[in-house]
Amino acid sequence: MKENRGPTSGQLEFTFSRRAMFIGGVQAVVGGVVATRMAYISVAENEKYKLLSESNRVNLTLIPPRRGWFIDRSGKPIATNRADFRVDIIPDRLQDKQRTLGTLTQLLDLKTEDLERIERELKEAQGFQPVQVAEGLDYESFARVSVRLPDLPGVSPRQGFSRYYPSGAAVGHLLGYVGTVSAEEYQLDKDPLLITPGFKVGKQGLEKTLEMRLRGKPGAKRTEVTARGKIVRELSSRPDTPGKPVQLTIDIDLQNYAARRLGVEAGSVVVIDCLTGDILALVSMPCFDPNSFSQGIGRLEWKMLNSDDRVPMLNKSLQGLYPPGSTLKPMVGLALMKHGIDPEETVFCGGGYRLGNRVFKCLGRHGPMDMRSAIMKSCNTYFYAMANRIGYDAIAPVARQLGLGQEFPLPFQSQRYGTIPDSAWKMKKYGQPWSRSDTLNATIGQGYVIVSPFQLAVMSARMASGLNLEPEILLKKRKPAARLPFPEEHLQVIREGMDMVVNSAGTAVRSRLDLPDVTMGGKTGTAQVRAIKGGQRGQGGARRFRDHGLFVCFAPVAQPRYAAAVVIEHGMGGARAAAPVAKDVLTFLYDRDKAMASLEALEAGWGGNIEERMARQYAAFQASEGLPPADRSEM
Amino acid sequence: MNTIVPAPIAALPWRVIVILLGLASFGTAVLYSAAGGSFSPWAGNHFIRFCLLMTMAIMMSRMPMDFWKSITFPLYGVLILLLIAVEIVGFARGGSQRWINLGFIAIQPSEIMKPAVVLIAAWFFDRLPPAKIRSFDAIWPIAVLLILPCFLVILQPDFDAALAYIFCAVVVGFLAGWPLIYFIAGGGALAILGPIVFFFGLRPYQQDRVLTFLNPESDPLGKGYQITQSKIAIGSGGVFGKGFGNGTQSHLDYLPEGQTDFIFATMAEEWGLVGGLIILFLYFLLMRWGLGVAVRSKTRYGQLVAAGLTCTIFFYIAINLLMVVGLAPVAGLPLPFVSHGGSSMLTMMICVGIIMSIERHPGGRRGQFG
Repeated sequence: MKENRGPTSGQLEFTFSRRAMFIGGVQAVVGGVVATRMAYISVAENEKYKLLSESNRVNLTLIPPRRGWFIDRSGKPIATNRADFRVDIIPDRLQDKQRTLGTLTQLLDLKTEDLERIERELKEAQGFQPVQVAEGLDYESFARVSVRLPDLPGVSPRQGFSRYYPSGAAVGHLLGYVGTVSAEEYQLDKDPLLITPGFKVGKQGLEKTLEMRLRGKPGAKRTEVTARGKIVRELSSRPDTPGKPVQLTIDIDLQNYAARRLGVEAGSVVVIDCLTGDILALVSMPCFDPNSFSQGIGRLEWKMLNSDDRVPMLNKSLQGLYPPGSTLKPMVGLALMKHGIDPEETVFCGGGYRLGNRVFKCLGRHGPMDMRSAIMKSCNTYFYAMANRIGYDAIAPVARQLGLGQEFPLPFQSQRYGTIPDSAWKMKKYGQPWSRSDTLNATIGQGYVIVSPFQLAVMSARMASGLNLEPEILLKKRKPAARLPFPEEHLQVIREGMDMVVNSAGTAVRSRLDLPDVTMGGKTGTAQVRAIKGGQRGQGGARRFRDHGLFVCFAPVAQPRYAAAVVIEHGMGGARAAAPVAKDVLTFLYDRDKAMASLEALEAGWGGNIEERMARQYAAFQASEGLPPADRSEM
Repeated sequence: MNTIVPAPIAALPWRVIVILLGLASFGTAVLYSAAGGSFSPWAGNHFIRFCLLMTMAIMMSRMPMDFWKSITFPLYGVLILLLIAVEIVGFARGGSQRWINLGFIAIQPSEIMKPAVVLIAAWFFDRLPPAKIRSFDAIWPIAVLLILPCFLVILQPDFDAALAYIFCAVVVGFLAGWPLIYFIAGGGALAILGPIVFFFGLRPYQQDRVLTFLNPESDPLGKGYQITQSKIAIGSGGVFGKGFGNGTQSHLDYLPEGQTDFIFATMAEEWGLVGGLIILFLYFLLMRWGLGVAVRSKTRYGQLVAAGLTCTIFFYIAINLLMVVGLAPVAGLPLPFVSHGGSSMLTMMICVGIIMSIERHPGGRRGQFG
């Protein structure tokens, strides 16, 4: 039974001591593994874990930087930051969500859409990233919440800043507005500052294009927190660095005045300094109130803005394109002289100009016309005849030289540059040769020609000054502009013609400046919106078919200092609608009291100033939407 | 002999007492800091409990070896009954309960069963004729003895305790001379069956534990949280630690169970690698003492009991330390003599007391079959 014979007791004892030693060895190996591992974690990976331990311990809260101000050329504020109050929820510390939201709804009068947004953001929120409940609160609401804080764990009322535009709608298109960062914007730049409650970015206009200059640097608060989020102590706090102020070339008083003076019309006013090219006013009305956006615009107000047929969301001065009508005639005169036409030469106006078998009508029978009187009377016949002699390809370069059809290097998101046509343009676009009737139409600013009010103002400023002025919106020291390649005597002819328009027997004599020693030169324009049919000359009927009224001007005639362009959409005539506005705006530059008196009389007839009229419009819209009229201040 | 110290005191096993006092004092210091510089609620309690249980162990060391032999089976029986009682009480209370409260200490029968398994296995191999060590007779009684306690603790459910019983019994079998082929074959079978058991035998939460252990970063806020925070605590401590009382992980509650299962991490954050090496060195001395007692013991029973109980203590140390440094899955085993907690300390002191008793009574009589 060899195989059944097992080990003896002595053998087992030997086995035991060997195996006990083996176990001791295993224990030593395990000890070695633990020691090695521990050394690896605490020495080799020490930096990594130190960092993790710090980020556990320290909770960093960003303080949104105050946005840089916009100030006007004399330092007056155009956009500032107003201290206001806000209420946020810190998701990690929220205990009874439904009850808390219920109490807040009661205290702050939250709307259903606000509640939906808060619920959605709370669902997506992580940890300490606060979720905004309401902002732009007055002190009363803030105090109501603050008093109830002990019952509202997780709710954090804070003081913040919101953008404030003292001029309201008058600067809406110029500056744009600010708003919270959209999901797409956050995708592009994952800066945690962007999703800090209370932080706003520029959404339009200069607010958007100058964003990086205005933004500033966020402040930060470091606090030590426990795993459950209880703050143990504040470690350090760094204040925010506000964004740099941006000084504009705008004269804010003039801007406000021009906006108010446009009144109930839809239109633009652009005023340019003839010495430097500085833009003194860039107004487009009607306009949204940018203050409404900086606190989150209501759905109803947004709907109202988008359903208005006067397009308050469009910056008409830069993006509105209009046939310039007769406002181009002085420019055409300049081109005529450049191509050898003597300004003293006369053309007889018998009420029209025959081209082949077609008669191009003039607005009157002016008799013998030289260049100055043709500008004064806005005689089509003279310009038809003369332009036909040199052709439009000789005129278009002068138009471009004066800024028409051009884009300018300005910090605006989009400028539309319109069209100054010529034969090459037509061939490229329509595949047709340029015709003489195209020349005649373009000469009086109709046909293919479309320009923006801003370009008209630049044209006016360049003709008045004789300088190749570059328009500028950011105030800075610049090299003086070079002279335009036009002889001074040519420019003088034009200025004299424009002087006669206002101060002699021209089309705008009723808008002569009522000032002792300042005179204005100008040129009216009336642009057809549609082809003339029958006796209908665009002077009545449905608003959308009425002619646009345009006016370009400069003052004083003797030594031009300011140039301006005014466009009144469907104003039915430059002399009737645009020139009186230009008169008051230029008067404001010399005699504010007189201009204000004139404006106040007008506003009384319109039913109040811009804010009052906008509030009434909103109330009416609300009523038409079947909602009870509410006090706007509660929005 | 030193004449100044009275003989009964000089006769105490000072070596092991000093080792354990070192571990417990270190633990007390860590607990003192973890409570924000306070003896309550942990540090004072811990040290008093250590002193009481150390006294108990010294008293146990007076018992002759035959005493342990004689109480082995009654102890086993009582513990089985207590396990059943715990099960019934737990059922009555509508939850799983694992302990019976005796006022100053909570007795956890599944804990005390661990040294009991060592005792009973040693008793069995002591009686087994050496020639039969390679036969089936050397296996099935062990299996039978294990079935009931394993079944009862799995019901609780305390899977870890069942694994500990099996480990204890197998270690004693290994020392008693089970053929090596068992272990080689067992290891091979485990390598094959392990994945099968993982996919078909484990409950989802147990699977999660294993998965989380393999990649704790996959879920840093969920199941991997403890391991991640533990590694942060150890890693941020560096070589010399952040200093006594300066640990942020434990003080700001980022480290869960910082006074019990993860006390090593709490310690390492403030004492650094140096503190960790001190603790490892003390455990090395403890293990060397335990195995030394086993080898020096003259009886087979003494050898098996001393080595088996040393391995039981080692089992706790190894699982806990490997878990804390992120090399083993999270298991609820405390660090012997350092962690706050009564019932594990009681188990450890029972082990130490019996080993001390074997050291004191190496025995003259050879094994019965010698």
